[in-house]
Amino acid sequence: MKWSPNRCAARVAGWVAVALSVVVAPALAQRKYGPGASDTEIKLGQTMPYSGPASAYGTIGKLEQAYFRMVNDSGGINGRKINLISLDDGYSPPKAVEQVRKLVEQDEVLALFQTLGTPSNSAIHKYVNAKKVPHLLLATGATKWADPKNFPWTLGFNLSYQAEGVIYAKYLLKEKPNAKVAILYQNDDYGKDLLKGVKDGLGAKGAGMIIAEATYEVTDPTVDSQILTLQASGADTFIDITTPKFAAQAIRKAYDSGWKPLHIVNNVGASVGSVLAPAGLDKSVGLLTLQYYKDPNDPQWKDDPAMLEWRAFMGRYYREGDPKDASNVYAYLAAQTMVQILKQCGNDLTRENVMKQAANIKNLKLPLLLTGMSLNTSPTDFALVKQGQLARFTGTQWQGFGEVISTSD
Amino acid sequence: MAIACALPFVLSNYRVFQLTLALVYAIALLGLNMLTGYNGQISLGHGAFYATGAYVAAILMDRFGVPYWLTVPAAGAVCLLAGFLFGLPALRLEGLYLALATYALGVAMPQILKYRHIEGWTGGAQGIVIAKPEAPAWSGLSQDQWLYFVVLLCALGMFAIGWNLLRGRMGRAMVAIRDQPIAAEAMGVNTAMVKSMTFGVSAMFTGVSGALGAIVVQFVAPDSFSILLSISLVVGIVIGGLASIQGAIYGALFIQFVPNLADQISKAAPWAIYGVFLIAFMYVMPTGVAGLVRLVCVRLGRWRR
Amino acid sequence: MNALLHQMFSGLASGGIYASVALALVMIYQATHLVNFAQGELAMFSTYISWSLMQAGLPYWGAFFITVAAAFVIGVLIERVIVQPVENAPILSVVIVFIGLLVILNSLAGWIFSYTIKPFPSPFPERPLFGNSYVSSHELGSIGITLIVLALVFVFFRFTPLGLAMRAAAQNPASSRLVGIRVGWMLALGWGLAAAIGAIAGIMVAPAVFLEPNMMAGILLYAFAGALLGGIDSPGGAVLGGFIVGVLENVVGAILGTDIRLTVALVLIIGVLVVRPSGLFGKVRVTRV
Repeated sequence: MKWSPNRCAARVAGWVAVALSVVVAPALAQRKYGPGASDTEIKLGQTMPYSGPASAYGTIGKLEQAYFRMVNDSGGINGRKINLISLDDGYSPPKAVEQVRKLVEQDEVLALFQTLGTPSNSAIHKYVNAKKVPHLLLATGATKWADPKNFPWTLGFNLSYQAEGVIYAKYLLKEKPNAKVAILYQNDDYGKDLLKGVKDGLGAKGAGMIIAEATYEVTDPTVDSQILTLQASGADTFIDITTPKFAAQAIRKAYDSGWKPLHIVNNVGASVGSVLAPAGLDKSVGLLTLQYYKDPNDPQWKDDPAMLEWRAFMGRYYREGDPKDASNVYAYLAAQTMVQILKQCGNDLTRENVMKQAANIKNLKLPLLLTGMSLNTSPTDFALVKQGQLARFTGTQWQGFGEVISTSD
Repeated sequence: MAIACALPFVLSNYRVFQLTLALVYAIALLGLNMLTGYNGQISLGHGAFYATGAYVAAILMDRFGVPYWLTVPAAGAVCLLAGFLFGLPALRLEGLYLALATYALGVAMPQILKYRHIEGWTGGAQGIVIAKPEAPAWSGLSQDQWLYFVVLLCALGMFAIGWNLLRGRMGRAMVAIRDQPIAAEAMGVNTAMVKSMTFGVSAMFTGVSGALGAIVVQFVAPDSFSILLSISLVVGIVIGGLASIQGAIYGALFIQFVPNLADQISKAAPWAIYGVFLIAFMYVMPTGVAGLVRLVCVRLGRWRR
Repeated sequence: MNALLHQMFSGLASGGIYASVALALVMIYQATHLVNFAQGELAMFSTYISWSLMQAGLPYWGAFFITVAAAFVIGVLIERVIVQPVENAPILSVVIVFIGLLVILNSLAGWIFSYTIKPFPSPFPERPLFGNSYVSSHELGSIGITLIVLALVFVFFRFTPLGLAMRAAAQNPASSRLVGIRVGWMLALGWGLAAAIGAIAGIMVAPAVFLEPNMMAGILLYAFAGALLGGIDSPGGAVLGGFIVGVLENVVGAILGTDIRLTVALVLIIGVLVVRPSGLFGKVRVTRV
């Protein structure tokens, strides 16, 4: 028989199959346990962009793994250790589909937690709902994750981008109704979502306020050219929908070109440590943004007990993480929320119950959220974070002003 | 062959899914190999044709309700034309310059797909979600298994077409142009026609692959088709073996499974491991896996005697 | 008009970035007749070395020269250790090795230095020259440095025996050996020089775009385009090509809209190459049949 490489490859695959079916043992068949849960363990899964253009967000996955290590060290949740399987999808939707299928079908996780990226989540959205896997606390602000009627297994985390855009629009309508607005946005899902929010918020009345728009791709080296174009339009208000690297470039270029608009920067690009400091704190004075959690670089939270607790955690469990990166506070909050959901499940760790508890978060006041904020969900309301506060940058810190705004109106 | 048919019944749905994807890539790699391996034209932008095929399938299925199996030949036809048209100006470009032009195509593709004036069709940055085809009731197969066989059938068909083409006059003309373009021209080969046709056929294969890929993954979005895809395809044909039909399969298995393997080896820097794999492969088998296999077979033959 | 002028200067500034990386690409090509796809990542990695040195307390220019020297050494080592084993392999196999190198460097940088963006200092003063609002001192300064490096490269290749030896080794290795040129070391030298030029490019670029592992990815296409537009075997052409690409990209983006910039770049590249397939200043190769 002629040796054929095809046969060899097939034989190898066959052995892999045998090995797999032995290794992947079905979950213990007890009444209170769904897949991925047992007396000793709770398995969660996520995909993160550890490589590729969004790799700066990989720290979120790493922090969450570290957080669960801490929880496990203190005994776990109701005696069970959390095992977070975090896989790289390189911010690529097909890869995300593959990895999520692995998590669901091979690793048989109890739930997905903080899968990151709008495109990746869009790709798996239908799949996880068809497979009835809790798709929780997504690390993206796209608005479509809060749709319990059509996608009852998906529950997002971030303050929705559209809601954020609406808040900026309403602020402008109230405080600066004659503004001439220029907008820079990232040419993808997230950028367009925020843009939609701004336009919806301005409505027909305010539509004339927008006099210039510009886009950029994540592969562009700089946005300097776009800033110049927007400046040339004569706008006196600038809505900046960019991710950290480009936000820093935009802030710096606007200042250096002598353009001094009312500069609203979106929450994603407002971190003092990863954006304003590189851009230049002096160049960031007067910036406006929407916040919903405490910025670790903000001197006003220096002695805040929650912040001190977070720093202690960073020092002990996540040394390689950057304590100036606000994403690390964000991830901490998400992990705390997940722990709360799991605690609420008690000994009933089926996927249905996990979903039920996720839709039943009442008045959760996590101390790293801004004062006066709390998290709430209900079976008809899957928007976890619904509040934010506008803040202005003083040159050293973000100063919140006005009340905590609720986005559900 | 029998083992390939038996596999979906032995393996879990997830593995079947992965193998189906590998088969999809194999078709694309065969297409690219025709252009680069047999005809010597380097393309760093074949991801663009993959994307075109995928979007044709997605738009036909989602906006027009065309059944999935019809979209595949449609995607092929569109890409045949697109490839041929791209191949025409590319006639003047050699080696590096062609590589640059195709690289630019690969980089620009996501932005082209996001262009707001065609957003109504393409779904813009959001992409299009496709319904997963159901296995017909009489087969008793799961969706993944059914898709596997559909793709397997298509792959066999495409490989048959490719084999035929490469064995015949066209194939010989392609290789002649690669090795000795001036002599080929002198001998009466219509270089321009053959080169453009090769581009077209190569694009057709990749377009068919893209359509199948879209159906298997059930989602298309501009960011799925970045320059990384084009580069992966080139990696695939070189690792698999240039100018070799089986090379397409080896290459497909490599680009599908080795990144996962690298991920398991090192969580900290998985792509560094992947890079090491690439370099190691090139040291050990500079002519690709198919080249190594050929060498081994020849040695074995000699040893037997 | 004012706006257009702004865009043009901004284009010259980005063009300067592309030009300096294009120069490194041309250097490698002239020395080895290969295009090194990992050039951008090498430059980025060298810039991180510079950053680390400055974090450790070294002054800017001290770190600068040590980094350039280190980059030279790394370039030589890469050629001798990684590229040399495959030098007889088909050209695409070598390309794969370069891709592997690219991926390794990128991944290592992310692992060692993390992905958060870091500000990188510029040796030039903050205030723009004569207080003009068109181009910053840094932008002018980096263009100046690029031109100085270009001049040095030109002089090296044209007027020094070593440069001549390198060009010979790349064009005709067999004959060069007969004349006594150690071809292997010529290649290594070429790599070293290219790496050094790349390091300078990276150090000049980082202040503008912020230092992070993916900073070179977007630049590489334009640098590549610039090098080929100008002609891959002409250092002056490559630099000019880089500037042209920068200006066109900015101006066209401003006029036609930023969401089709890449598409326009694509059309332009193909357009130029169709009309002049060897680039604007490249030598048209006429071979004997």
